[in-house]
Amino acid sequence: MKIKLKIWRQPNAGTKGAMHDYDLAEVSEDMSFLEMLDLLNENLNEQGEDPVAFDSDCREGICGTCSLMINGQAHGPDVATTCQLHMRSFKDGDTITVEPWRAEAFPVLKDLIVDRSAFDRIIQSGGFISANTGSAPEANNLPVEKAKADRAFDVATCIGCGACVAACPNGSASLFVGAKITHLGELPQGQPERDMRVVDMVAQADYEGFGGCTNIGECTAACPKEIPQDVISQLNKDLRTAMKHGH
Amino acid sequence: MTCVATPTLVKGSRSTRSTIALKILMAVTGLVFIGYVLLHMYGNLKVFAGQEAFDEYAHHLRTFGEPMLPYGGLLWVIRAVLLLSVIGHAYSAFALWSRASKARTHKYVMMKAVTATLSSRMMRWGGVALLLFVVFHLLHLTTHTINVNGDPGSPYERLVSSFQPGQWWVAVIYLLAMLALAMHLRHGVFSVSQTLGYSNNARSRARANFAGVFLAVVIAGGFALVPLSILFGIVD
Ligand code: HEM
Ligand code: FES
Repeated sequence: MKIKLKIWRQPNAGTKGAMHDYDLAEVSEDMSFLEMLDLLNENLNEQGEDPVAFDSDCREGICGTCSLMINGQAHGPDVATTCQLHMRSFKDGDTITVEPWRAEAFPVLKDLIVDRSAFDRIIQSGGFISANTGSAPEANNLPVEKAKADRAFDVATCIGCGACVAACPNGSASLFVGAKITHLGELPQGQPERDMRVVDMVAQADYEGFGGCTNIGECTAACPKEIPQDVISQLNKDLRTAMKHGH
Repeated sequence: MTCVATPTLVKGSRSTRSTIALKILMAVTGLVFIGYVLLHMYGNLKVFAGQEAFDEYAHHLRTFGEPMLPYGGLLWVIRAVLLLSVIGHAYSAFALWSRASKARTHKYVMMKAVTATLSSRMMRWGGVALLLFVVFHLLHLTTHTINVNGDPGSPYERLVSSFQPGQWWVAVIYLLAMLALAMHLRHGVFSVSQTLGYSNNARSRARANFAGVFLAVVIAGGFALVPLSILFGIVD
């Protein structure tokens, strides 16, 4: 198939960027979206042009490194990461608009690559538990209720790709923070730091410049791991509890 | 190299200084408004019980709690609570609005909304419309500064003469405001449940969503009945 691409090009963080048009032929519908971009880059290389910079690592939907706003949707039209999106989701002759995540807290480094270390700092501020090192404890000493274990596991599938921020009209990181808060808050190991965790992680997200949540739900719709909106309710509840405890 | 966020961790964080604290303020004051509009709508529906019942209700509101409260005392308590709530609600709305616009200064060339309801996207401008309406409404029926109908005597007469077909635009303003109120409540009720942490699973989220639609229809619909009935001569 043949497609037309409109891609954001920006040489570096300090230089203004712009949308550029490219025509690409011989795209197979079995290609992933990233393989299609690889093909474009091979062509650009041959023509002596700078290839389009984009992020990727595992290319199997588990690392959260790939990003891209594709035709106005984070990770494109499917509920999957960009590396798991295939060209069969598009039609011959389609025009595809590709942009980087847009948020002040995710500055563009080059072309389609943004700096997502704001998420790392949010994790650093509270996304941990304290445990004694030494030999592993007997697993059955610490029973975890099935419902809680399931919920913790489901939200722990968050890969921190940033699609929630990219899709949110407020540029809020609430789904990401909520997923981490819920993941650790459902487990016994997460209890000692529970109050400080939510206060510190929310303060860090605010400081990084993410917006507040208005419960519109675009984050959930964009999440490749289908993290539900109720983690945001949990996040708010945990913050309110911490407030009651005077933190 | 410019533009890269400064790699610092926040020290001395406080729950009360977070964006979520602002949201909680908005939710609690929003609940005050919901309670108020429910009671206000109920009072308005007394117009269907006739002039005597309506005027008596208006009088009772002022003598309520006497002699513990002075004449009109309850109304002043309600007004004070509402004024404080409006200040808190609008302050947090504008503070979060400005934060959100700073969170994405570079807009997308193409952006598709997938699940957002119109109501959810209209919360801010719809809130501003409601604020303007409240000012108009107070100038009209509380202070009588905006006088559309000469000099009627009792509260009932003032109400009924306001919405006559001869000055249909008054009814239109009220009906448009009720549309804005319905939309604000449709998303606001759901949002309250999220903000206060009461929708931690799919079922309670669906319930909160339904409550939003239900309250929007009941409250805005109940209010709208009055100007509509007068406009079409059902109440005179
Ligand atoms: C002063 C003018 C107003 C402005 C600027 C305003 C704006 C807003 C905004 C931005 C939200 C947050 C939306 C969200 O998070 O989804 C909100 C929520 C809400 N508003 Fe208003 N509003 C105003 C007046 C009112 C009035 C008159 C009512 C009375 C019915 C009301 C009831 C609510 C409720 C119940 C909520 C839900 C609280 C929450 O977000 O948790 N608002 N408002
Ligand atoms: S590259 Fe790892 S999730 Fe897409």
